Amino acid sequence: MGVTTLFDLLKEMFSPEFIFMRRAVLVGVLVSLCASLLGVNLVLKRYSMIGDGLSHVGFGALAIATSFHWSPLYVSIPVVVLAAFGLLRISESSKIKGDAAIALISTGSLAVGVMVMSKTVGMNTDVCNFMFGSILGIAKGDVYLSVPLSIIVLVMYVLFYNKIFAITFDENFAKATGTNVTAYNMLIAFLTAITIVLGMRIMGALLISSLIIFPALTSMRLCKNFKAVTICSAVISVFCFFIGMVISYIAATPTGASIVGVNIIMFGIFSLISHIKDKGFFKVKEAV
Amino acid sequence: MDLISCTDATFSYEGNVAVQNLNFTIQSGDYLCIVGENGSGKSTLIRGLLRLKTPSGGKVTVAPSLKPNEVGYLPQQTQAQRDFPSSVYETVLSGRLSARGLLPFYTKGDKKIVLENLERLKIYDLKDKCYRELSGGQQQRVLLCRALCATKKALLLDEPVTGLDPKVTIELYETIQEINKTMGITIIMVSHDIKSIMDYATHILHLKNKQLFFGAKADYENSKVGKMFLGGDDVV
Repeated sequence: MGVTTLFDLLKEMFSPEFIFMRRAVLVGVLVSLCASLLGVNLVLKRYSMIGDGLSHVGFGALAIATSFHWSPLYVSIPVVVLAAFGLLRISESSKIKGDAAIALISTGSLAVGVMVMSKTVGMNTDVCNFMFGSILGIAKGDVYLSVPLSIIVLVMYVLFYNKIFAITFDENFAKATGTNVTAYNMLIAFLTAITIVLGMRIMGALLISSLIIFPALTSMRLCKNFKAVTICSAVISVFCFFIGMVISYIAATPTGASIVGVNIIMFGIFSLISHIKDKGFFKVKEAV
Repeated sequence: MDLISCTDATFSYEGNVAVQNLNFTIQSGDYLCIVGENGSGKSTLIRGLLRLKTPSGGKVTVAPSLKPNEVGYLPQQTQAQRDFPSSVYETVLSGRLSARGLLPFYTKGDKKIVLENLERLKIYDLKDKCYRELSGGQQQRVLLCRALCATKKALLLDEPVTGLDPKVTIELYETIQEINKTMGITIIMVSHDIKSIMDYATHILHLKNKQLFFGAKADYENSKVGKMFLGGDDVV
């Protein structure tokens, strides 16, 4: 594909007839940024599955909201935020095993959501879109809520970056030296919940957690300090989102899946480079 | 000056007593070593002294001059930390967090303290290295440096030499002693390694789910408990 045709394609994608594309890209880029930043901390804190659990709760809330013709975002945001605090509680208490509780809650909400939808609006394309995401998912009204909310998430992340780093690296030390770890864990859970709900319409309930996990793991293959991991993760995430969108537009593939596809390829490339570096592949060649 | 005192303190987990009837006072400038078998309540006591755990009976009194954000702590390492992608500098800088309070960013003063402490612990050259690529001894030094950035008064160390080879162990002990002597920082350390610790500590607290001994090192060496434990026999 030549440069001109690529340019034409982008021009076509963002033309006024396709206003939904502009909305999806705007919201998607912001959500990708939020998800990749929070993802670094969630992966390192061994909380990756909380993202997955929350997205299923989000599906349940979305299904119920649609069935009763309520505004999807206004219903699912509070529900998912509450679920996030609940999951955090469970994973901190030693009596119940966190992974089992997450599986319980996520499959439970998925089942409730499907039941409610099948009895009301029926199992139509909406269900498929909720599961796997859709470019058309972002309505005009959603933009007015999504953009400010994701900007708030980003600003909070930057303001609390040092604290989030400290409790991610060593909760015990932070607690012992007088940091309110519970409050910051709740902040992370809160920001994650918002990010997941905002991203769910484009990515789909089944795939949104990949937006959190993939960029973080990919950048950790190569980066050697936390700031670099965070920045690299953000760049990878936005890049993969954008390429995935273009692929989805050209090939008419589901958006969420296309974005994850690009993320898988990136992860593969980074892993390969890291492997070659570790094994000293280049050095061996020089010696010979 | 009395820094921390325990009066009939008892700590329990979910109703099971971990360690009970503790009566001792740590003076400012002391080098206290807490010894005992596995499961004798040493780490629980450290959590109690850090105010992460409230006593289920009795009380722990901390001098008002020692605020919670003025203690340094060297916890046992977790698996998640060993492969953490952060630089040595970033890790040590996080020790200044408690001094920042609610302010979002570190100040020039914080960064200066970090560089001084990196220099003091002879890990300045490792500053830009990745934490997960360091040796076990270097990682402990980094965590000690972070703890040092958080305090001017007291350091609590939980099994700092676990998994280190003998040479690195001695080096770390020497460094901790230097911190105690030259900076006047109170040291409270949990250790298995009773034989080498006798060269450094000024006080010993021996636990076996209760207090078997507390006092100066010389008295411990002459006590029945001390003789048996130092002789390598288990205490019944």
